[in-house]
Amino acid sequence: MTSRPDPDELVRRVREEERKKTRGRLTIFFGAAPGVGKTFAMLEQAGFLRDVERLDVVAGVVETHGRFETTTLLAGFERLPRRKISYGGTTLEEFDLDAALARKPRLLLVDELAHTNAEGSRHAKRWQDVEELLEAQIDVYTTLNVQHVESLNDVVAQITGVLVRETVPDAVIDAADTIKLVDLPPDALLERLREGKVYLPAQAERALENFFQEGNLIALRELALRKTAERVDADMQAWRREHAIEKTWAASDRLLVCIGPSPYSANLLRVGRRMATSLRARWFAVNVETPATLRLGASDRARIVQNLHLAEQLGAETVTLNGENPAEEILRFAREQNVTKIVVGKPRNARLRDRLRRSFVDQLILRSGEIDIYATVGELEEGASEAPARIPSVKQDPRAYVAAAAAVGLATAVAYALFGRRELADIVMIYLLAIIGVSMRFGFRASLLTSILSVLAFDFFFVQPYLTFSVSDLRHVVTFGVMLLVGVVIAGLTQRVRDQAEVARRSERRTAILYAMSRELSRMEGLGAIVHVAARHLEQVFESRVAILGAKSGELNVDYATAGFVPPLDKEGGVARWVLSHQREAGLGTATLSGSSGFYTPLVAPGAEATALGVLALYPEEPARFADPEQQRLADAFATQVATSYERARLADETERARLQIETEQLRSTLLSSVSHDLRTPLAVMKGAASTLLADDAKLTGAVRKDLHHALLEETERLDRQVRNLLDMTRLESGAVRLKKEWYPLQEIVGATWSRLEARLADHPVTIRVDADIFVRVDNVLMEQVLVNLLENAAKYTPSGTPIDLIAHPGDTEVVVEVADRGPGVPDDERERIFDKFHRGPSERTRAGVGLGLTICRAIIAAHGGRIWVEGRQGGGAIFKFALPVEGGPPPLAKLPEIPERGSEPEALRGPRQGASSP
Amino acid sequence: MTQGPLVLIVEDEPQMLRFLRGSLSTHGYRLAETTTGAEGLAQTAARNPDVILLDLGLPDLDGIEVTRRIREWTQIPIIVISARGQDEDKINALDAGADDYLTKPFSVGELLARIRVALRHLAHAASGKEEPIFAVGELRVDLGKRQVFVQDSEVHLTPTEYRLLTTMIKYAGRVVTNRQLLKEVWGPPYVEHTQYLRVFVGQLRQKLEPDPAKPKFLLNEPGVGYRLKMP
Repeated sequence: MTSRPDPDELVRRVREEERKKTRGRLTIFFGAAPGVGKTFAMLEQAGFLRDVERLDVVAGVVETHGRFETTTLLAGFERLPRRKISYGGTTLEEFDLDAALARKPRLLLVDELAHTNAEGSRHAKRWQDVEELLEAQIDVYTTLNVQHVESLNDVVAQITGVLVRETVPDAVIDAADTIKLVDLPPDALLERLREGKVYLPAQAERALENFFQEGNLIALRELALRKTAERVDADMQAWRREHAIEKTWAASDRLLVCIGPSPYSANLLRVGRRMATSLRARWFAVNVETPATLRLGASDRARIVQNLHLAEQLGAETVTLNGENPAEEILRFAREQNVTKIVVGKPRNARLRDRLRRSFVDQLILRSGEIDIYATVGELEEGASEAPARIPSVKQDPRAYVAAAAAVGLATAVAYALFGRRELADIVMIYLLAIIGVSMRFGFRASLLTSILSVLAFDFFFVQPYLTFSVSDLRHVVTFGVMLLVGVVIAGLTQRVRDQAEVARRSERRTAILYAMSRELSRMEGLGAIVHVAARHLEQVFESRVAILGAKSGELNVDYATAGFVPPLDKEGGVARWVLSHQREAGLGTATLSGSSGFYTPLVAPGAEATALGVLALYPEEPARFADPEQQRLADAFATQVATSYERARLADETERARLQIETEQLRSTLLSSVSHDLRTPLAVMKGAASTLLADDAKLTGAVRKDLHHALLEETERLDRQVRNLLDMTRLESGAVRLKKEWYPLQEIVGATWSRLEARLADHPVTIRVDADIFVRVDNVLMEQVLVNLLENAAKYTPSGTPIDLIAHPGDTEVVVEVADRGPGVPDDERERIFDKFHRGPSERTRAGVGLGLTICRAIIAAHGGRIWVEGRQGGGAIFKFALPVEGGPPPLAKLPEIPERGSEPEALRGPRQGASSP
Repeated sequence: MTQGPLVLIVEDEPQMLRFLRGSLSTHGYRLAETTTGAEGLAQTAARNPDVILLDLGLPDLDGIEVTRRIREWTQIPIIVISARGQDEDKINALDAGADDYLTKPFSVGELLARIRVALRHLAHAASGKEEPIFAVGELRVDLGKRQVFVQDSEVHLTPTEYRLLTTMIKYAGRVVTNRQLLKEVWGPPYVEHTQYLRVFVGQLRQKLEPDPAKPKFLLNEPGVGYRLKMP
C-alpha cells in the first residue's frame, strides 16, 4: 500500500536542498572517546586535500594536546592566529571567528565542536561559530565525541558515571553532510593510554581513569557505532524516498513529552528525543501552567525555561498550555494534534495526596484512550535536589484573619438576633454565609479559619450547654463536622474559582493584546503609521523601549525608536546586522551575544522567508524578562505581525508603482499613435508639394506653383508647432522645466506674443486690452507659451474674420486674463475634458494637431499656482480664462537711479500703479 | 559690378550649409564655408569677412568661445545660429560680443534682415558719421536736438528714458541683451536689475507706441533682450 507523501516533509526537503546548495559542507570526525585519533584523521584527510587537490585549507583551531604525530601533521597547515580574550586576570586564547570569515578559506579545520567559548565571544558555543562559517560558504572539518551528543548525554553519564556538560544539539549533527567514524577497539585505546599517547588533563586524571575502564569503552564504542548506523540508515531512507516516492513514508507517529519544573524533565526530553528519532516522529514538549504553578519560585520557573530551551534544542516543538487540570489539558492537546504516544515521568514516591486523589500520571493513563502512555524514570541531573518543587501558597494578608474573626462575630450576632437559640439549622446557614463571604474576598486560609471559628462559635453560643465548648447532645458533633467540612470545601472551591479566573484572565490578556495590535495594524496604511502602532503596543506589553530597524538594500535604518530613546547601535549595530543576515534572534536571553542590552529578533514576513525586512529590538527595563522563552515567543509573534504589515505596505507600494507604469505605458502608446498621425500629415503634404515642384516644374502654372510653395511653407510651420508642443509637454512632464519666476509687466509678454503671432492672426481682428501697470510674477517664456497656445486655438477653431479679444483684469489677489472668441464655443460637457491630453472634440477629429495645447497651458498655469477654465459667451463663442495669483507687489523701482539731466529738472520717478495691492 | 559682401559661414551641418549657400548666393553675397570653429577662426583672420554666421552647436569649439576669440581682435559682426531652447547659449554669445542671433528653424527673410542690419551698422561705424535723425514708423528722433516725435507731436521723455531710447537706437535692428542695456544706460553695477529694466521699457512703450500691447518697433525678445525695429 502506498501512502501519500507528507507535503510538509516534501517542502522541508526542498528547503533543505536549497539551503545545502548555498552552505558550506560540514564533516564531523566522530569517535567514542578521547584518544581514538579523530584530530589525527582530520589532519590527514585535510592534508590530502591540500596536497593532491590543491584546496585552500586553513587550520582554524586544532588541539594537539602535545601529541607528537599530531603536531607534525599540523605544522604543514596555515594556522589562523587565535583571538586573545582577557578574562578575570588571565588571557585566554580562543578561536577567532571574524578572522576566519575574513580569510574565507575553502576548508577550515575546527577542532572540538562541543567546546564552550570564553565570555566575550560572539557565540556561547563553538558549534554556533561553525554554523556561521557554514553559512558563509566555508567548508568545515570538525571533531566530536559521542558523549557530546545532546540526546545521548544522559546515557553516557549512566555508562561512565561522568556527566559531560558540553553538548552539541542533535540538529547540528544531523545536518552535517558527512560523519566519519574514527574507530579504535578498546584494548588498542587502552594500550595507547598506557603508552602515554592520550592526553589527560592533570586534575581530571582520577575521574578519567574511571572513564577509561574497558567496560565503559566497549559500551561507548557501541553507542558511537549505533549513532553512526542510525545516520547511515537515515541517509538510506532519504535515498529511498527520493527514488521511490510511492514507498511509504513513516506512518506519522507523534510524540508528546510532559515537562515541568522537575529536574527529571531533562531526562524525559532526552528519552523523548531518542524515541522520536527511532520512530522518525514529530514530537512535542508540553508544559502545563496551572493556577498552582503560577506561584512557583524563581528557580523553578528558571528550570522550566531551561527545560523548554533544551526541548527546542533537541528538536521538539514546545507548547505551553494553560488550564486547571494538567492531565485534561494534555490529553485535549494530544487529541487535537493526533499524538500517538505520551511520555511522562514516573512518580518517585507516593505522596499522601496522591493516594486520596488520582495522581497526574494515573489520570493520564485512565483517560488516554487509544494514546499510549510511557512512564519512564531516569537519573537525576547532578546537582539537582531530590525534593520536588514545593508550591508556596498565597501569602495571607493579616487583615484577612481579623476579617475572618469579625465575620464570625457578625454572623453570631445576626443569628442570635434573628433566631435566638432556636432553629439551629438556620443559624448554621448564617455561619455558612459568613464563610462564603470571607472565602470570596480573602482566600483559602482565612476562610478555613472562618470555618473553624464558626464551628467554635456555634458550639459556644448556640449549643447546650451554652457558653461552653462541651456538647451535651452528641448529634451536634455531626453538625459540627458537616459545618467544618462544608466550610473547607467552599473555601477550596472559591479559591480554585479565583485561581482559574486568574489563569483565564492572563491568557486572555495575552491573546487580547496580540489581537488588538493585529487589528489595528490591519487598518493602517503606510509604513510610518504601522511602525508607530506596533511600537506602542510593544512598549506596553513588554515594558521595554523599542527600536524598529528597517532594512533597505542591506543597510539598517532606525525607522522608529521610543521617544527620547537612542538605540545603542554604535555598540550593538553589529548584533542587529547579524540578526538581519542570519534571520535568527540574538541578544538578551538567547545563546548568541547574550551580553547585549537588547533583544533582537528579525522581521520576516511569512511566505517571504528569503529576505528579512528589518530587525525589531526590545530593551526591557528588566533584563531577565527575555530569559523566558514564552516572552521570546510572544515577541516573535509580534515581530511576525509587524513584518506582515511591512510586507503589506511594500506590496501596496509596488502595486501603485505597477499601476503607474501601466498608465504611463498606455499614455505612451496613445501618444505614439497620435504623434505618428499628426507628424505624418504635414510631412505628406510637404513631400507631395516638393516632389511636384521638382518633377513637374515645366507643366506648372505660376499660380499653382505659388500655391504649392505656400503649402510647403505652411506645413513646415505647422510641423514646427507640433514638435514644439510635443517637446514642451515632454519637458513639462519629466520635470525638466524649472520655473524662473520674475516680475513682468503683463503687457510686455502680451506684446511679445503678438509680435510672434501677428502673421498667423491676420485673418482675425484682434483686440488687446492690457494695462501697462499690471504686473505678474511668472516665467515669461512659459507664459508666452500659454498665450500663444490660446491665441492659436482661437485662430484655428473660429471662422475667419471673427474677432478675438485678449483682456487682462487686475485684482487684489489675482490677475485674470481672458481670450474670447466668436467661434462655435465649447459644449458644457466638454469644458473639463477639453484640457485633457490628446482631447479633441468630435468635430476636430479631422483637423490636424495633437490635442496638447490646452494641456500644456494647464500644466504651466498650475505650476504657477493658478487655474485655467473655459466659459461660454453671451452671443456665442468661448472665453478661455486663467487666473494668476499675485504674491505681493513688485519691488520698488527706486533701485535704478534716475539720471540727472544737465540743467533741466529731473522728473519725479513715477512708480508703477498696480491693480493688485499687496495681500 | 562691385562684389557682394563676404559672408563667412561656420556651420557643420551639411543641410544648413546647402540652404544658406543657396539663399545667400542668390542675393548677391559671396560665401566662405567652414565646418569647425578652429577653421572659422583661421578663415576670419585670413579673409577678413564682412559678416560671420556662426553656429553654436559646433563639434570642436564652443560657439561662445569662438565669439570671444574673434572679438579679441576684430569687430566684424557675428550672427549666431542657435537651436530652440538654448536660450542660455544665445545670451552668453550676445554678451560675449555677438551682434545678433537666429533661432532654428528660421526663414530666409529673417536671415537676410539680420545680415542687412549687421552690415548697415558696420558701414556706419566705418564711416564714422552719425545719423542725426532716426525714424521708424510714427517715431522720429532728432538726436542733435534731443527731441522725440510721435506722429509729429512731441513727446517728453525723462533723461533715463531718453538715454534708454538712444542706446536702443545705437543698436537699432539688432538685439540688445538686457545686460548690455543696463550696463550702457545705468552702468555695470546694475546689470542684474532686469526686472526694473522691463518697467522702464514698458513706460517708454507707453509713450512711443500707438498700441503698446501690439508693439511695432520696441520689440521684446523674451529671455534675451530688446530690439528696436529698423525702418
